[in-house]
Amino acid sequence: MMDKYNLNDIPAEKFQFAQRTDLYHDSKFETKPVSYFQGAFRRFSKNKGAVVGGIVIAILVLFAILAPFFTPFRPAYYDMVYAYVTPKNNLFANAGIDFWDGCKEKNTNRIGFLKDQALAAETGRDIIKNGEYTVSEDGSNYTYRYDTYYGVGFGKYKIISQAEFDDIQRYQDETGRQVLYPVVKLADRPTLEKNKYDANIYYKVENPSVSILRPQVDAEGKIIPNYWKYDVTEENNLIPEYNSLRIEGEDGIQEDGKQYYYAYGRKVDGGIEVRAEYYEYYTYQHNEVLKDGIEEPLFLFGTTQTGKDIFACLAYGARFSFIFASVVAVVNFIVGVIWGSISGYFGGKVDLFMERFSEILGSVPTIIVITLLKYHMGTASQALVLFIAFFMTGWIGMAGRTRMQFYRFKNQEYVLAARTLGASDARIMFKHIFPNGLGTIVTSVALVIPSMIYSETSFTYLGIINLEAGNTTSVGTLIAAGQQSITANAGYVALFPCAFLVLLMLSFNLFGNGLRDAFNPSLRGSED
Amino acid sequence: MYMFKYVMKRLGLMLFTFFIIFTMCFVLIKLLPIPTNALPGQDPEIVMKTLEGRGWITNIREGENGVWEYDRVPILLQYGIYLKRIVTQGDFGIVTTYGEYLNMNIWEVFVSHLPPTILINIYSTLIGVPIGLGLGILAALKKNKWQDQLINIFIILLISVPSIVLALMIQYVFCFKLDWFPLMMSTSNEYFTWEVFHSMIPAVFALCLGSIAGYARYTRAELSEVLTGEFMLLARTKGLTKRQAIYRHAMRNSMVVIFPSILSEFVSVLSGSLIIEKMFGINGVGGLYLNSITFQDYDFFMLLSGFYTLVSLTAGIVIDISYGFIDPRIRMGAK
Repeated sequence: MMDKYNLNDIPAEKFQFAQRTDLYHDSKFETKPVSYFQGAFRRFSKNKGAVVGGIVIAILVLFAILAPFFTPFRPAYYDMVYAYVTPKNNLFANAGIDFWDGCKEKNTNRIGFLKDQALAAETGRDIIKNGEYTVSEDGSNYTYRYDTYYGVGFGKYKIISQAEFDDIQRYQDETGRQVLYPVVKLADRPTLEKNKYDANIYYKVENPSVSILRPQVDAEGKIIPNYWKYDVTEENNLIPEYNSLRIEGEDGIQEDGKQYYYAYGRKVDGGIEVRAEYYEYYTYQHNEVLKDGIEEPLFLFGTTQTGKDIFACLAYGARFSFIFASVVAVVNFIVGVIWGSISGYFGGKVDLFMERFSEILGSVPTIIVITLLKYHMGTASQALVLFIAFFMTGWIGMAGRTRMQFYRFKNQEYVLAARTLGASDARIMFKHIFPNGLGTIVTSVALVIPSMIYSETSFTYLGIINLEAGNTTSVGTLIAAGQQSITANAGYVALFPCAFLVLLMLSFNLFGNGLRDAFNPSLRGSED
Repeated sequence: MYMFKYVMKRLGLMLFTFFIIFTMCFVLIKLLPIPTNALPGQDPEIVMKTLEGRGWITNIREGENGVWEYDRVPILLQYGIYLKRIVTQGDFGIVTTYGEYLNMNIWEVFVSHLPPTILINIYSTLIGVPIGLGLGILAALKKNKWQDQLINIFIILLISVPSIVLALMIQYVFCFKLDWFPLMMSTSNEYFTWEVFHSMIPAVFALCLGSIAGYARYTRAELSEVLTGEFMLLARTKGLTKRQAIYRHAMRNSMVVIFPSILSEFVSVLSGSLIIEKMFGINGVGGLYLNSITFQDYDFFMLLSGFYTLVSLTAGIVIDISYGFIDPRIRMGAK
């Protein structure tokens, strides 16, 4: 009986020797091995929110690093005249867009409008943007976009030295920009003290003795200038106090057939009293005298109540926050890891003692630590106080997390194997256990950075810590300033620091969540 | 019985921790120079005598040029005197440098500032807990539907926007732009009048938004986990309607985790929020604390830091202990 399955005798020629090379071993994996960190990276980049968060963080960090180099302003800079100047960007301002142009909506009565108009007429500036305004039906209320930079006008009469006066003359001749404008004779000025030295009032007013002055207008509705002028042809005593130098090319005016010159300064105690248009004077001052790199008054994010540049303050504050948080995080990481690994690895009495210690230290509210440190380190840098306080309360969390990781791994077989093979404690701790817990621990470092920045912001907001003395500032200080500016209708002061903080927290939350998921190997393959 | 033992053990440990922290604060404060400068209008002799009476210094004498000299009492002795006064007379000292309350009893000043802080926080808990739980339950029941996604976005936004910014936005929009509420809380002592309540609303609103988000996130996570439990399947199989199963089985089990956090939040309402108090000008404990720091009124600082530490410690153990009471499955401290 012979069929397909029961072959009784197979002819010898049917047999063949297999080639030695044909021996079939386990084949190599065609795919590349995916390491823990590669897998983590792959999982992370699939999480869109986390990636966006990471990009936003990178932008904020870049802003903090680079912005201080691009702005000539410093946190210590302030100029009370340019207080509450609105944000201005030359791109928008020159394109004539009604946004980010250094202007603000202004609602005022006829007097306020006339004053702005008078100032605009004298200086030729666009104080009322494009000269456009709307009047309410009864003519009492004027609405227009008011330029906060030019609107400052002249401020108070300024007293400068003869040398500075000459230098401004030189500057005017060289650049063709007019800084000094004709002054008003003391006797012709309004009588009240606060109006007498107000350099913006160069015109005749209806009643010079009242508090709120109403400009006088002629038949055509024009302002009547009240300049101090003198007759050139007469060698008389019209200008007894100081014979003003004039601006080159300024030929005075013809009136009643006589040639008049304007007086550009008045001799007073301590120098010459002038009317300097603040915009030009500021430019002159910073370019010619201080030479601090500030070319013109241009505040990208506006200024605060005290005339600080918000952009510079925010950039320096952010830089401080990032550097501070990273340094504290690194120090906390190192100390926490060492503490936690010893406590977790050895366990027993050592663990109990170390746990009690960190528990007690951890129960002290941070604010109390900061206050005590502040008392004891009265004259030391506030940043140092903050650093020590955050270190003292911060490393405990890190130590706890490391300890957990050590408890998780220390009794696993591979650790026992390593011990059997004679590995030392230090080798087991840092070669065998620590790398396994690293992902979790690193994630927690990333997650504590925003909370650290936030508590730093809170403490500076509360005024417990004040970094301004250390020639930097903090986002919290800016927010506190912003809160005070609410009532002055200057919401933008708080806007930028708040936006920074929100963006930072939001993106760090997304980023941290993504990181946590990415370093969780149990999720591996779940999204594929 | 093990529960009683566990609670006692935790309480004992807590008091021990508190005692150590309190002692540490006292010693660190007493290492500082004693503020003996008389404020304008104060007689330096009275100031010195007061300090002597408190037991901080001894052997005072007027030296040359009217400079007062004194010897310091050993710190441990001072601590003994301080504790004795607290225990026997409830006396925490008097205000020495905080101008507004000069020479007043610290404890009385402290107690008079408690009501605004506590009220604000109670209102915010009363509003925050139901809304937060409600949102969380809704999100868990409608998991992955549009309601859930909407609530999730809301939660992420509220949690990520720091309370400092949130409060500022509320103040700007509701108190300044719309002018619905006053910018600062009224300082009147009639806490239960409409005027005061009205001025509290923005602060309460600012405070509860954060806790709403927290509760909602917590409830959603817990409830959605419980809903997938096998006993839920059993409950449906034995004939309960979905509603019954959720009310009787799922909710109760998810509350095991949520309830302790509500309790601990309720304890920590005492300490309030420094930021909210400062922003809305609330005349509460937070402001008192900040001012006592600026004025360097050390006795005041001692009382307030003891208070803050105690509140935060209590809030911590309340969570642990209430777990054991609510959920019999959790045998705390059992071997």
